[in-house]
Amino acid sequence: QLRAFSLQRAFLFSINPEMATQEVQPNETLTNLKAESDTLKTKLEDERAKLHDVELHQVAEKVDGLGQFIMKTRRTLKGHGNKVLCMDWCKDKRRIVSSSQDGKVIVWDAFTTNKEHAVTMPCTWVMACAYAPSGCAVACGGLDNKCSVYPLSLDKNENLAAKKKSVAMHTNYLSACSFTNSDMQILTSSGDGTCALWDVESGQLLQSFHGHAADVLCLDLAPSETGNTFVSGGCDKKANVWDMRSGQCIQSFETHESDINSVRYYPSGDAFASGSDDATCRLYDLRADREVAIYSKESIIFGASSVDFSLSGRLLFGGYNDYTINVWDVLKGTRVSILFGHENRVSTLRLSPDGTAFCSGSWDHTLRLTHWASGS
Amino acid sequence: MERVIVAMQDPDMGVKMRNQRLLITVIPHAMTGNDVIEWLIQKYNITEEEARHLGGLLVQYGYIYPLRDPRSLLLRSDDSPYRFQTPYFWTSSRWPASELDYAIYLAKKNIRKQGELVDYEKENYSILHKRINHTWDFVVMQAREQLRASKQRRKADRIVLECQEQAYWLINKPCPGAFDVLDLGPERCNVLSSRVALIEHSRRALGRNRVKSSICLESFMKYSEQYLHHDPIMSGCLPSNPWISDDTAHWTINTDMVGTPTRLRVERWSFSFMELLNDSMGRREFMIYLEKEFSAENLCFWVACEDLRHGESSKIILKVEEVYKNFLAPGAARWVNIDSKTMERTLEGIKRPHRFIMDDAQMHIYFLMKKDSYPRYLKSELYKNMLAKAIVPQETKKSVFPFMRRQRHSSPSPAMVTQATEDDGKAKGAGPTGTSSTTNSQI
Repeated sequence: QLRAFSLQRAFLFSINPEMATQEVQPNETLTNLKAESDTLKTKLEDERAKLHDVELHQVAEKVDGLGQFIMKTRRTLKGHGNKVLCMDWCKDKRRIVSSSQDGKVIVWDAFTTNKEHAVTMPCTWVMACAYAPSGCAVACGGLDNKCSVYPLSLDKNENLAAKKKSVAMHTNYLSACSFTNSDMQILTSSGDGTCALWDVESGQLLQSFHGHAADVLCLDLAPSETGNTFVSGGCDKKANVWDMRSGQCIQSFETHESDINSVRYYPSGDAFASGSDDATCRLYDLRADREVAIYSKESIIFGASSVDFSLSGRLLFGGYNDYTINVWDVLKGTRVSILFGHENRVSTLRLSPDGTAFCSGSWDHTLRLTHWASGS
Repeated sequence: MERVIVAMQDPDMGVKMRNQRLLITVIPHAMTGNDVIEWLIQKYNITEEEARHLGGLLVQYGYIYPLRDPRSLLLRSDDSPYRFQTPYFWTSSRWPASELDYAIYLAKKNIRKQGELVDYEKENYSILHKRINHTWDFVVMQAREQLRASKQRRKADRIVLECQEQAYWLINKPCPGAFDVLDLGPERCNVLSSRVALIEHSRRALGRNRVKSSICLESFMKYSEQYLHHDPIMSGCLPSNPWISDDTAHWTINTDMVGTPTRLRVERWSFSFMELLNDSMGRREFMIYLEKEFSAENLCFWVACEDLRHGESSKIILKVEEVYKNFLAPGAARWVNIDSKTMERTLEGIKRPHRFIMDDAQMHIYFLMKKDSYPRYLKSELYKNMLAKAIVPQETKKSVFPFMRRQRHSSPSPAMVTQATEDDGKAKGAGPTGTSSTTNSQI
């Protein structure tokens, strides 16, 4: 722990100019700092509470409850030789990219279950992968601390690895990556506690985001009109909202009791959901600037690894470390369904771009495409 | 898990424990698999399926172990006897397992009964024998001593202790290829925070404008209601969900370049300006409308700014020049009407171009279109005609022979999409966009 502390201090000094001018505080001043930050935190909580005049489930009382839903797995994608860690959809609504512990990144046409491309990364634990908006490339990375972009070649004989482009460089593992509105920029999050925005063509760092006190595990881009913000979640139990242009953290939420594994915006962009090792998912409203719902059940005792909304935002899907997928009524706060099927942790879960199905990836080496229909 | 286990052992509200018979021996303080499942169902108000799953995990993680067939860490929903693992052996208290302890355990098994060790255990045993050979005398001595002590116990206690220990080692040293519950993935570290930054951040946050919850939460109701029929999971999709029917018609009728759009799609354009712009067909229609109104330069400008913001760093300077030339320069062919303050700021900023330099101007034009042109578009004949001729596909009746699977057809990979198709969606006058055979930027 001491070693980690001195390393971190050196790291902070090097990237944070204001810190460099501060000497190690004697214990007395450290206590004062702690007291001040705690006081401010309490004040902030009080301010947030002042405008909280109603709970979400109360407002939702007038909304109809959800009927019976039947979940059925429509496709099982087998081909990874080890734990599936991440997946992303192509905008064409049927193709996906997935990455696994054994270094393999596979592009599938999930509809036909055909594998279209495969790449072996030089590292294990490829924890992040993303499909480019054009559908012409994929990005991935993990324990190599990098994010690389592979243009998808249609020549079956061509070795994809040959055209690999190294874009992002972090000082610890890559936990998540996402293209922004085009193929030209990538947003990354890392175990080194930072997020960063990169220019794909040159590999140049465009902006870095500092503020998390521990590994950053996930991120999601806001679907807003001005398209300038994103949210990240970390091992410091915080979810931070960032301005991509200035690098500033503009909002921060700390109500989870453990690592935040996944964050996802509500479709309108006015809120986001998070999934955590504390076995809960939570909803945070950005205008109210507070947590507005907790999705939890006493019988759910394992962490939520991955969350996503249905197209209308009425349902929240959560993949959990107890191999299940729980589906929540976002408005009423109740769980409406549980899906068994995976034989190990669910590590990743995304709705398809048109909301017709969701794909879950698991440590049981498979990806499954599941649809949920009203039982009628 | 431990919270659940402690609740299960509560003397009043916990699982009913009694003596369980194991062959001819009576084991006290045991329960049946059924007892565990029933208790979980009652306590957490869950289905039997969920209770079996949860109980199964408790066994997999070693908090409950089976007395019969101890190598198989499964929860059987019958009268198979189980016991709670002693906290001494809990995963959280004794992990990582010590090599010395493991050696002693294997030695005991070996001494007690020749051939008791299974293959992978034999291998581990010989590996340990080599690695900690210097303490081997101690290992054997400890093993013998523990065996001697256990012989003096009652048979029931002896069985329990053996099962406890065995369960612990099955989890900490699982058979290769078997499920390893201790596999937790790459290590995550925690670093200390910067108090000063925290304080600054809290100060700024205090000054934030916040909106009352009642207003914010109401918007969630509205949104989910508005999009209800567009959510395939809530309302199904027409003609059918491709993942269920294997028919890709739903995707075919919703492609970017389809001749006649669906009604749902056109309706969605009226939900928000962003929805209209996000759909390439919607954007095209809006452009046609703006051309009629002689204000198409606004949308062209917005598209050019997007291209600047999301494009390659190397093209920034070129693009800024193009935008200035086409939209901002006095007498420009497609001059946009920005307020003087924003124009001044923008022109000043162009001297040192960067990708965000057009943000203010872009935002001004965006909101101009949103507040003025967009609402008028929705009331226009153009939009109304679009809505009127939009198709509502017939629902495909479920196949007479549901077990006959349709052939699932491949589709051309997006990696094959040529530049020609891309250009259709781009506005005129935005200047030549970057062409690259492998990475086409899509706006």
